[in-house]
Amino acid sequence: MTDKKVKSVFKQGAISSEFIGESIAKHQTKTSIGAHNIFLGQVRADVIDGKTVSAIEYTAYEDMANQKFHEIREAAFEKFNLTCMHIYHSLGMVKAGEICLFVFVSSPRRKVVFEALEYIVEEIKAHVPVFGKEIFEDDTHQWKVNN
Amino acid sequence: MKITVKYFGMIAETTQCEEEIIDFSGNFISDFLKILHSKYPELKNKGFQVAQNQELVSLETGVTGGEIALLPPFAGG
Repeated sequence: MTDKKVKSVFKQGAISSEFIGESIAKHQTKTSIGAHNIFLGQVRADVIDGKTVSAIEYTAYEDMANQKFHEIREAAFEKFNLTCMHIYHSLGMVKAGEICLFVFVSSPRRKVVFEALEYIVEEIKAHVPVFGKEIFEDDTHQWKVNN
Repeated sequence: MKITVKYFGMIAETTQCEEEIIDFSGNFISDFLKILHSKYPELKNKGFQVAQNQELVSLETGVTGGEIALLPPFAGG
C-alpha cells in the first residue's frame, strides 16, 4: 500500500460525455499505454409495478466511501499491472439515460484491463456506501439495492 | 460517552434525521442498537450494516466512541 492521499471520487450530478471524452484525450501523452478499458454505469428506466424510474438521487457516507474507493484503487494497482486508473461517481440527481459511474483503467497490454475493470466495478458495487433513491415519474420513490 | 450517529438512505427516512448525538454508557454495538430500536421501533424491520469510525462492525464489537453510522443496502454504480 502506498501513502497516496485519499481523493474525492464524487461529482455532483451526471457525468457528461464531454468529461469522459476529455479524460480519454488526456491520456494521449502517456504513450506506454497500449490498452484502455472503460465502464460507464447508466441509470436505467426500470418499470416497477407499472411505474417507470425517471431518475436516481444518490447520497453517500462520503468519508467512508472515499476511503473505500481509495482501498479498491490501491488493491487494484497491487493486483494488476495498471498504468493509471480513474473512478468518478455521481451524487445528487441523475436522470434515466445519464451516466452515474465512470471507471477508466489503462495498461500497456489489453488482458490486464479487461480483468482489472471487472474487479474494480464489482468491488465498488459490493463495498462502497452509496445509496440510491429511485424516483418514479409520479414523484413516489423506492430505495435501490445492488444485486 | 457521546456518540455521533449518522443515518443514510431509507434509514434516515425512518429516523427523520441524518445525524444526532446520543449519550451512551454500555459496552457493545448490540447495546447501542437497543437504544436506537427503542427510540425508532421501525428500525427493527429495516436491513442495515453498522460502521464505527468508518469500519464495518458486528453486534459483538465494543463501542469505542466517535462516530457510528447505520448503512442501508449499497446501491452504487
